[in-house]
Amino acid sequence: MKFIEDIFAKIRPNFEKGGKWEKFYYVYEAHEVLLLAPNKTTGPTGAQVRDAIDLKRMMMTVIIAMIPCLIFGIWNAGHQHYISIGEVASLGDKFLTGAILVVPIIAVSYGVGLGIEFTFATINRHEVAEGFLVSGMLIPLVMPASIPLWQVGLATAFAVILGKEVFGGTGMNILNVALIARAFLYFAYPSQISGDVWTYFGDASPVEGFSGATPLAIGALSVEGTQSMVSLLDAHWYEGMFSFQNMFIGIMPGSIGETSTLMCLIGAVILVVTGVGSWKIIVSVFAGAFGMATICNIFGANEYMLLPAHYHLVIGGLAFGAVFMATDPVSAAQTETGKWIYGFLIGALTIIIRVFNPAYPEGIMLAILLMNVFAPLIDHYVVGANIKRRLKRATV
Amino acid sequence: MSQSIKLKKGFDINLKGKAEKKIAELAQPETFAIKPTDFLGMSRAKLLVKEGESVKAGTPIMIDKAVEDVFYCSPVSGEVAEIVRGAKRKILEVRILADKEIEYESFGQQDVSSLTKAAAIDLMKKSGVWPNVIQRPFGVVADPNDTPKSIFISAFDTHPLAADQNFTLQGDEKYFEAGIEVLSKLTEGKIHIGVNSESADFFKSSKAQVNTVSGPHPAGNVGVQIHHVDAVNKGETVWTVAPFGVAQIGKLFLEGKYDASRVVAFTGSEVLTPQYYKTYTGGCINKMVDGTTKDGFVRFISGNVLTGTQINSTGYLGFYDNQLTVIPEGDQYDFMGWILPTTEKLSFHKAFGLLSFLGGKKKEFTLTTNMRGQHRAFVQSGEFEKVVPMDVLPTYLLKAVLSEDFEQMEGLGIYEVIEEDLALCEFIDASKNDVQAILREGLDLVRTS
Repeated sequence: MKFIEDIFAKIRPNFEKGGKWEKFYYVYEAHEVLLLAPNKTTGPTGAQVRDAIDLKRMMMTVIIAMIPCLIFGIWNAGHQHYISIGEVASLGDKFLTGAILVVPIIAVSYGVGLGIEFTFATINRHEVAEGFLVSGMLIPLVMPASIPLWQVGLATAFAVILGKEVFGGTGMNILNVALIARAFLYFAYPSQISGDVWTYFGDASPVEGFSGATPLAIGALSVEGTQSMVSLLDAHWYEGMFSFQNMFIGIMPGSIGETSTLMCLIGAVILVVTGVGSWKIIVSVFAGAFGMATICNIFGANEYMLLPAHYHLVIGGLAFGAVFMATDPVSAAQTETGKWIYGFLIGALTIIIRVFNPAYPEGIMLAILLMNVFAPLIDHYVVGANIKRRLKRATV
Repeated sequence: MSQSIKLKKGFDINLKGKAEKKIAELAQPETFAIKPTDFLGMSRAKLLVKEGESVKAGTPIMIDKAVEDVFYCSPVSGEVAEIVRGAKRKILEVRILADKEIEYESFGQQDVSSLTKAAAIDLMKKSGVWPNVIQRPFGVVADPNDTPKSIFISAFDTHPLAADQNFTLQGDEKYFEAGIEVLSKLTEGKIHIGVNSESADFFKSSKAQVNTVSGPHPAGNVGVQIHHVDAVNKGETVWTVAPFGVAQIGKLFLEGKYDASRVVAFTGSEVLTPQYYKTYTGGCINKMVDGTTKDGFVRFISGNVLTGTQINSTGYLGFYDNQLTVIPEGDQYDFMGWILPTTEKLSFHKAFGLLSFLGGKKKEFTLTTNMRGQHRAFVQSGEFEKVVPMDVLPTYLLKAVLSEDFEQMEGLGIYEVIEEDLALCEFIDASKNDVQAILREGLDLVRTS
């Protein structure tokens, strides 16, 4: 790979001090390190050797874990499109239609987000951190396929600037960046991110009897009614759409990447095996949700509360949130005991928001954002316990 | 009453170039040096000799301005050849041109059993062996006016390629035993010796409590052993001495001389025949490395790869180091090095493509000095805790240091750790923070406040 080194050696002086583009050094540098990992060596004191890991590899591992969700989401976007307009299409057509919908969203997300990152890096003269590599993929996956691209761009810009850069960039943010983007759209353009937005129709019109309602929307309706929620789900216009098995696999309308619990679990396995995501958080989110849903079952004041607890684990974005959002190491609790509490409360809160506050059908987004805010408090008490143990020992 | 401590947390960095257990013949280096920078916490070194003066082994060379009665003595006899100064005339090295035959200052043989505490300390201070006594908290040379609650000796070293203590102290058993007896006069508490399965037979003593410690690095760190046996709380002091130091103290009292001879492990992947050499404290490495290392750009490290200090090919070993490590410099660009799968680059982690764990625990690695990434803010959580077998939260402690929050630093256990205890955190950190430097900053802040 000598020739690549030579090319960079030729270009590099232009960006270094005194070069004609020295202002853009950090933009250049961010690209160079992708092709050529830097030749920087350890200092004369301290650890003279370092572990092979760096943040780039960590972030890439998360992206790899999201690929099953992404590929499935692309296919599902196309699949739902053809179902809704009542056409039969080949696998290739579905992927193609899905890709036409999804790829621009990803492009806009990365384009806007990285553009802002580069701008801030250039202005503040620091290296471009890797955090947005993951956020940039998470944002499209929590958007409906039919979202206008300008909204994606606006939400991304809002999230990166006000959610991250104002706090000092990667590692300093309080809330999960991708969820800020989603929450921004949710509150700023409520009509475009709820209701019949989950399926893309294109120029065609939907078949007769079509309803774009998601299981969560049906749940909100069931609160008022007397019909059991499972039967409401089963009564979907497209037969079998909201059966438990189908919802587990994720062949249903919803945000691009979050419909499939199965794909999320594959991602979870990747994250846990590689040690990049905390299994404690993932397990405790599911446990918290299941536990809270069971408590709801026991009280059973309305049909939504009576929904069997395991259904809650496959509807909405619970699985996606548990695996990819709650585990964000920066905004999550950082102590090991804290992670259990943090995850459990996210799960429990998700069900509470879903069932008791049907105005916000998607509970996981708000639950995670809320717990992001409380994570430092949880950690504070866990750290406080460590300090107390030490003080106690001193007086013995 | 000996304890058995089983540790699970930690990580063994298994490197190529383990020293073979034999002491090779070596022409002694011409010069030896005392480096004030080896002694952390030294306020300002004051010289007691001038260039050109002749000295014996045990002649005082310098003192710390703040503690004027502890002498730092010449390891060999000869002539003060050069005093190397840095910025602001700070003394960096006092080089001594050694005689062919070493002459010793005579301190008189002592009867160890009838020795008083005052007499023991007095002789240790003026003979040059006192700097072997390190104080926790802070990891600095102990204050002779303190009385520690206990004294700890770790009889095995789990650092990468570390010298085998049983081997380097072979034949010094009686000095070690005498050293323990002298040290037992200095504390009202116990002497604790931490051994592993291999060093258990060698390091026995009736005057000390021998604790068995097992587990990966940093099980051999004396700080870890203190934490589990008799932790340092605020206001308390524990002293630690390396096994070499104990034997040196013993020899001083039995034979009346400051004997700085020591066995040094010559290790690392770039050493042609890794083995042991016998030399004196602070020896120049030029003879040792001449023609014995592989070609190419290499780094010489006085000490081990986790806590050692880079020196050049004519540099001097540190006062506390009994190891010289030679590894390749990592100043090469690495095509797509941040993502390509690799089994050759060692990693504690298993993120995508980090496959070094496939080689098993026995596989030996060649590591370069490459940073393997760039410095970032703290992102990952929960990893440092996996390599620190103590009830300490490293990330929070480091953040307390960075924010100069004294109360938090104290509460989170800054009195219990020194650099070597968190060195593995620095190695495994995905954000490439200089963990040890940050910790020392905190230790200095608390110590001088």
